[in-house]
Amino acid sequence: MPQPAKLALEDGTVFTGNSIGAPGETDGEVCFNTSMTGYQEVLTDPSYHGQIVTMTYPMIGNYGASDADAESSKPQVAGFVVRENSRLASNFRSEQSLGDYLKHHGVVAIDGIDTRALVRRLRSTGALRGVLSTTDLNDDSLVAKAKASPGLVGRDLVSEVTPQESLAWSQPLSAWTNLDGSGDSASGEGPHVVALDFGMKWNIPRHFAGRGCRVTVVPGATSAADILAREPDGVFLSNGPGDPEPVGYAIGTVRELVGQKPIFGICLGHQLLSLACGAKTYKMKFGHRGANHPVQDLTTGKVEITCQNHGFAVDPESLPAELKVTHRSLNDDSVEGVSHTGSAKDGAPAFSVQYHPEASAGPHDSHYLFERFMAAIRG
Amino acid sequence: MPRRDDIHKILLLGSGPIVIGQACEFDYSGAQACKALREEGYEVVLVNSNPATIMTDPSMADRTYIEPLTWEVVEKIIEREKPDALLPTLGGQTALNLAMALDHHGVLAKHGVEMIAAKADVIDKAESRERFKAAMGKIGLDVCRGETVTTVDRAREVLETIGLPAVVRPSFTMGGSGSSIAYNRAEYEQLVRNGLEASPTSEVLVEESIIGWKEYEMEVMRDADDNVVIICAIENFDPMGVHTGDSITVAPAQTLSDKEYQRMRDASLAVIREIGVETGGSNIQFAINPDDGRMIVIEMNPRVSRSSALASKATGFPIAKIAAKLAIGYRLHELPNDITRVTTACFEPSIDYVVTKIPRFAFEKFPEADATLTTQMKSVGETMAIGGTFKESFQKALRGLEVGAFGFGCDTKDLWYGPNGEPGADRPSADEIEAKLTVPTAERVWHLRYAFKSGMTAGEIFQLTKIDPWFLDQLQQIVETEEELRAAATGEPPTSVGGGASQPPTTNVAGSPSLGALSDSLLWKAKRYGFSDRQLATIFGRSEMEVRRDREARGVKPVYKSVDTCAAEFEAQTPYFYSTYWGTEDETPAKNAPASPRRQSGVEPATTTKPGSTPTTNVAGSPTKRVVILGGGPNRIGQGIEFDYCCCHASYALRELGIESVMVNSNPETVSTDYDTSDLLFFEPLTVEDVMNVCERVEADGVIVQFGGQTPLNLARALQDAGLPIIGTAVDAIEAAEDREKFSALVDRLGLRQPDSGIARTPAQAREIAERIGFPVLVRPSFVLGGRAMEICYDKSQLDRYVAAAFIAAQGQPVLIDCFLESATEVDVDAICDGETVIVPGIMEHIEEAGVHSGDSACAIPAYSLTAAMQAEIREATDKLARELGVRGLMNVQFAVVDECDPASSSTTVWTNPVLYLIEVNPRASRTVPFVAKATGMPVAKIAAKVMAGVSLKEQGVTEDPKPQHVSVKEAVFPFVKFRGIDIVLGPEMRSTGEVMGISPSFAMAFAKSQLAAGTVLPLQGNVFLSFAPRHKQRGIELAKRLFARGYGILATPGTCDALAAIGVTATRVNKLTQGRPNLLDYLAEENVALVMNTPIGKGARTDEGKIRAAATSAGVPVLTTIEAAEAAVTAMETLASSEMQVESLQERFSQ
Repeated sequence: MPQPAKLALEDGTVFTGNSIGAPGETDGEVCFNTSMTGYQEVLTDPSYHGQIVTMTYPMIGNYGASDADAESSKPQVAGFVVRENSRLASNFRSEQSLGDYLKHHGVVAIDGIDTRALVRRLRSTGALRGVLSTTDLNDDSLVAKAKASPGLVGRDLVSEVTPQESLAWSQPLSAWTNLDGSGDSASGEGPHVVALDFGMKWNIPRHFAGRGCRVTVVPGATSAADILAREPDGVFLSNGPGDPEPVGYAIGTVRELVGQKPIFGICLGHQLLSLACGAKTYKMKFGHRGANHPVQDLTTGKVEITCQNHGFAVDPESLPAELKVTHRSLNDDSVEGVSHTGSAKDGAPAFSVQYHPEASAGPHDSHYLFERFMAAIRG
Repeated sequence: MPRRDDIHKILLLGSGPIVIGQACEFDYSGAQACKALREEGYEVVLVNSNPATIMTDPSMADRTYIEPLTWEVVEKIIEREKPDALLPTLGGQTALNLAMALDHHGVLAKHGVEMIAAKADVIDKAESRERFKAAMGKIGLDVCRGETVTTVDRAREVLETIGLPAVVRPSFTMGGSGSSIAYNRAEYEQLVRNGLEASPTSEVLVEESIIGWKEYEMEVMRDADDNVVIICAIENFDPMGVHTGDSITVAPAQTLSDKEYQRMRDASLAVIREIGVETGGSNIQFAINPDDGRMIVIEMNPRVSRSSALASKATGFPIAKIAAKLAIGYRLHELPNDITRVTTACFEPSIDYVVTKIPRFAFEKFPEADATLTTQMKSVGETMAIGGTFKESFQKALRGLEVGAFGFGCDTKDLWYGPNGEPGADRPSADEIEAKLTVPTAERVWHLRYAFKSGMTAGEIFQLTKIDPWFLDQLQQIVETEEELRAAATGEPPTSVGGGASQPPTTNVAGSPSLGALSDSLLWKAKRYGFSDRQLATIFGRSEMEVRRDREARGVKPVYKSVDTCAAEFEAQTPYFYSTYWGTEDETPAKNAPASPRRQSGVEPATTTKPGSTPTTNVAGSPTKRVVILGGGPNRIGQGIEFDYCCCHASYALRELGIESVMVNSNPETVSTDYDTSDLLFFEPLTVEDVMNVCERVEADGVIVQFGGQTPLNLARALQDAGLPIIGTAVDAIEAAEDREKFSALVDRLGLRQPDSGIARTPAQAREIAERIGFPVLVRPSFVLGGRAMEICYDKSQLDRYVAAAFIAAQGQPVLIDCFLESATEVDVDAICDGETVIVPGIMEHIEEAGVHSGDSACAIPAYSLTAAMQAEIREATDKLARELGVRGLMNVQFAVVDECDPASSSTTVWTNPVLYLIEVNPRASRTVPFVAKATGMPVAKIAAKVMAGVSLKEQGVTEDPKPQHVSVKEAVFPFVKFRGIDIVLGPEMRSTGEVMGISPSFAMAFAKSQLAAGTVLPLQGNVFLSFAPRHKQRGIELAKRLFARGYGILATPGTCDALAAIGVTATRVNKLTQGRPNLLDYLAEENVALVMNTPIGKGARTDEGKIRAAATSAGVPVLTTIEAAEAAVTAMETLASSEMQVESLQERFSQ
């Protein structure tokens, strides 16, 4: 018999369903993702640290789980919410069912609820704190716990997911990435990219490695001097969880690096670059999480369909003169990419995007940004 | 880039008649395109031969040509209209082929017409097998490995690359000897040898077999700036080997990981770019090997397709509309997303429900046809369902099919159980199940359940079907739940399913079957798994209404959620809903709340309401009233686009009256399920349960059951009994017209005449009646549309044979036995009555004599041979019937006019007055309503809908019958080429799928046009083969004389030749099939026959004449099987020889 589970929100809403993961209790900010595929990539994306993720697509687990689809060493979400978990995994790539995967990794998860009603609530009220439990099924108690959950604003979540040690990355892209199978040979003889890992998705260093780069992944708190001592040809600022403002050490590091080495930032990395240059960020109502977000590249006019996962954004009003908006969301006109003009100095270029060009999960439309970074490195 | 202003007038091609493979979806796409282009200020010239479409309503385009879709005719239209551009991608393959023909013949270049959206070379690149293959190779995509070979040696070499099993397909064979599969070398070489022999070009295509692979479709949109988005990924439940149109399909794709999906997405983008479709939608099909993920591109349609319509309905993204706007220069992000209004059309829809489409077949109409599902599409319609999960949508779709099933088993169609839950008498054996699983047919889906019920495992079923294990597990979960329900009903522990461990028994109360034993949690689960009340009623031995009351009392009710393209990320402005039990929150706009945001449609259908008129009933008058229109469900033979046309007009009428129109339908092809046709759209199966749920939820002030064909009428009684307000003609009156006894009394009261008849409730009664009224008799089941199981019986043995079939088709209702009137002229009449005034917009005279189903006959408006006195008599009879029946809205009457010998006269040669017989009355919209509207210019359906809403004809200013100045001929179109080898003779059972219309000042030319539009190319020269039944001999000889005089060669059998020689007509002697060779089949093979005229003595594919007709059809030679059609054709051929075919738009015709 399925074990009951409950999801309670700080506004008093309680959803009752079945436990599909590990027993236990978890809390976090409840958010939703509209990707119809890629649940395992979502689960393992460190940017979801501290968040209970709801999938809007109702049938989850259909193709199981496999090591090859992981974007980090383990699931990172605080909890997982779906309408119906598939008991059977059907795909030649699958190694285990989603339920087993969740249980194995201790992820508390629920299915059997009206996920659309939950999403509509989050859409209208904005992101809410919540508690997901299989141990406490008392509504009042759960709602009280949800209200007591710390939320994301003002917390440095990066420190909870960033690696302690640096490492040399050599894993290339999977053969699935490019139709012609290119990018899957990692020579390591190309430019040296130092990637600051604030909770980086693995597909990002795979992209660098796949382009022949030597990749060194360093902890997010690495100082500018340490980074420069590694003689990078380019510095990458990774994605990561939560509010960028409290990650002051990284903002300081980026400020020192801007102009010295070509810089490319993704998601949190984009926010850190913007903050380092003097812009401000703000918490969005419910954020962008999905794989269908249209973004226009203002430099070419072309539209790309992007994978996104962010609850904070760069305030366009706050941009300093040297930061130019390069990409806009076609859904809400929010800033999706900036470029550092380097003012009058002929310093090294820096640019960043709010979305995830490395995809995984999501469309491959934005791979060109890695080429842009390579071009910037080559000068 | 804004819209192009260098073009002003755009020619849009429709797809012609409904045929298998091309149905209402192209009315939907064409109608959307008309609206989209006109709201941008372009002048639209539309050509389509199909009068049953919304797109050919004169209000939809600036110039509407209902003309044959041939390049010669379209050139005449181009000459008159001088359009700047031609948009070929919205009218199916027909429009694409026609555009290519216009290009090929230099018409476009000559008149300076630009092909927009896709250029000729692009279309050719997508459609040419070799060029497509080369293009795929260039971008590194795999295609099915194979080669066209001309020798066995080469085939042997190719086998090294393609491997076994291999598919062997001879090229260009007549009669469609299809592909075969070789499983070993010897078999392969034998098949190649046979194929080379069979192929007239000595060519055989050998290919690797991908049967059993997973099949997917991607719907892709591209703009002029090379922005490309995927609208929808569709996964076929039935693997490769079954045409996607015949497969159960599911959206979105279910069993692909993101890695695989993105690769397919990349491939789709690469394909559309490499092929070079400039703008618009394309459909790309892929196969994936489930064992290793190898992906193959199957084909690409560089146009809007059936799947595009499905994808539009499945996601809410209006592909055709956006495709039209992209064609005139807009880029995707410059167009708004209609549903959210705050975002743009440049995105990829995310859906938060599951969509299942199930095809509907008509093999019962073609018992001689091979019912195996292959790569040749055979289905005639489809239903789509939206559910909160796959299981819910799958069971909803099964009941939406309207084949008597109410889900995945557990209903009266369930062979596994008898009426009381005992093993069914026809429970299939293990062998039967295995056979049904191995060979895909329309029945396979039911046998998947029987397989689980019989104890087969999902693994075993997979081995036989290659249906993805994920789908099979979903079905297994449904069957497991069925077992839980049965256990609750009987108090026994549930049976294990699929070889799995037995489930722990659920709590239940031992004792007699009772809903009380069904726990709330199990009831919720059952409903969430898509079980209908009817299925629960069957399991628990209760009535559907008992289950409903109990369910509602427990608060187990569906909620309605929006189809919003964005998985609730943005607020939806468009009221398009589906029901689900997966929910706690309902999104239907409350009644009397500020009305749902009305769409600003650029082209509102013109109103016929006179200013100042005020509605009189309680339905009209208040802007917050809601009226529900029940649609026709999936297309089938006898019920198709014509009824959807009527439903759309009902909706337009209500909206003009300020009433909120609420559409309920399950057919994704249609205009009625477009989100901007009605104020509220509910995509739901048309069953009592689902319809009542909607009506209760929207608090309907009225329900219209008259417009959707037999489907809503079959629900009318139950809906009325449940207290729903049926508007228009009362349900009692509808039933009175169907009730033979009541109806006979009424006919007598009115002093009308009916053929002698009787009602049989048993086969014995049927024999008695037939003997009483005398042969020939017409046998038919009551309450069945389209002449299902209807047959003319000339003697007792024939009667015995057909009565049995009729009782099966009647499903418990009686069978009607009528005296059959031979050589009668049949007349179809459509009328509107408001209780006060009766309007008769159309008196249609059939060309074929009575005995051919009215839906299969050609007919003309105005009547071409009936006397004015007879027409007046028909009108008067119609008027009386409408008043007496209390019709409020539409009524269709069928009459037969028989020249009868005056019994007072002593001489048998004196034929006196034509006598009018009443055959049938249907107080509802008929199949002919759109034809009448196009022939007369009167929006018949809309007027009738307003009458039903309480606005009288007088108030509408409609008081006189229309008097058209031209002749319109409707001709039926048949699917015979899809069912090779079957006899094509027409009979009382309807078999046509579509219709076309020819318009001209003269009957002969209108008939000629209708034939051309239907694909019957009447030859201007060549050989005509004549063979007539004895009773037509004299009239046939007369025709031969006329043809001979015009210089046609005459082919005839020896007996006929002699008769012709006697009157000086020289004919070529052709042996009967049994008389040696050369016979007609040889002449056909040598392409020496331009036309076949053959009226049947006998019927059936095994008879000589049946073989001749089938062979001619396969060879593409037109065949006329009735003497009346042959006579009309000869007159038309004479006319064609002496005068030019003219084209004229409806707007011009009706402005005169």
